Amino acid sequence: MQLLEGEKEKILACVDEVLGSSSKKQEDLIPILQKVQAKLGYLPGLAMEKIAQGVAVPAADVYALATFYNQFRLNPPGKHQVKVCLGTACYMVGGDITLESFERRMEIKEGETSPDRLYSLERVACVGCCTMAPVVVVDEEVEGKVTPTRVDGIMLALQEENRKNENEKMSGQEAGEAE
Amino acid sequence: MSDTVKITIDEKIIEAKKGEKLLWVALQNDIYIPHLCAIKEENRPNASCRLCFVEIEGVSNPVTSCTRNVEEGMVVKTRSPVVDRLVKTAFELLISDHNLKCSDCPANRKCALQKIAKERGLKLRQKRFKTIARDYEIDDSPEEFAFDRSRCVLCGQCIWADREEAKVGAIGFTNRGIKRVVTTFEEAPLAESICTQCLMCVEACPVGALYYKK
Repeated sequence: MQLLEGEKEKILACVDEVLGSSSKKQEDLIPILQKVQAKLGYLPGLAMEKIAQGVAVPAADVYALATFYNQFRLNPPGKHQVKVCLGTACYMVGGDITLESFERRMEIKEGETSPDRLYSLERVACVGCCTMAPVVVVDEEVEGKVTPTRVDGIMLALQEENRKNENEKMSGQEAGEAE
Repeated sequence: MSDTVKITIDEKIIEAKKGEKLLWVALQNDIYIPHLCAIKEENRPNASCRLCFVEIEGVSNPVTSCTRNVEEGMVVKTRSPVVDRLVKTAFELLISDHNLKCSDCPANRKCALQKIAKERGLKLRQKRFKTIARDYEIDDSPEEFAFDRSRCVLCGQCIWADREEAKVGAIGFTNRGIKRVVTTFEEAPLAESICTQCLMCVEACPVGALYYKK
């Protein structure tokens, strides 16, 4: 994942701050990772390397931890976050097919973020409304009975929203320039 | 108090140093116990391969011999129906996702899995579990060796060699469960990682996962 402009400095400052307030022992690794993720929204490779240096463990160990626990994410959250439920009920009625449809439409795999950071795709285990299976949570909205056709609809709505935002931004800029 | 103890393994009386682990005492005395993950120098063995089970008289369940210290008067059996069943299951699970094209494997005939199969009369084909064909890419970026994860048994011998002998820290376990693999930081090819290509991991590999290109 390409870092955005100014993101490198932000990551370095964040890691410095978290390491500064910790005892830098090996047993603090998980809390350190949690704090960094709380601030950055994810664990960039650069952050993991710096943390490894700070705690004096191989970077491969930090990577091992970050990939072992589900709570850590290695990709930045997208502007639109899609969570596909693969709990028992959703799985039984084809939640995996829904997930595959999203993977195809977004051209990313589960757990990844699109290069433009517009979309991120995750799997979750039970959202708590099994009667609506298969369930998908798009940003904060719960969508029920999501078939591949509905996936197309959802994606279209998201694309439309992106286009609108883009246009607003453009016209805002033009207005700013006109003044 | 003397620092040796007398134990019995498979009706053979053996003198061993106190504090030694059962597995290594047996192996030193030419009693074979299957093992993959055991490392003699390790203080707290992982006991993750689940192959070195033995039965000890007075202990109700089989125990992993790599974690058990020898004790005075211990009576050990390396084979019993219960032990054999445990070892068989662990072995079959190991080979259920293992690349079994032995004739193409550089470790053919010196492979730890083949040795276990031969010693315990186990087959290298199993039908009990669903087989998983791994389509991992072979990492042949280093100059002298390559890494084929489809042959890896996740014993951790290479990681120990990398950390404790070579003192590099280039590789480690990544992911969890069925997705677990040995890899570098951010899964970079070995040649692009901090790996010094010292070849100690290749020497440590009991199967054909890490091998010389020749």
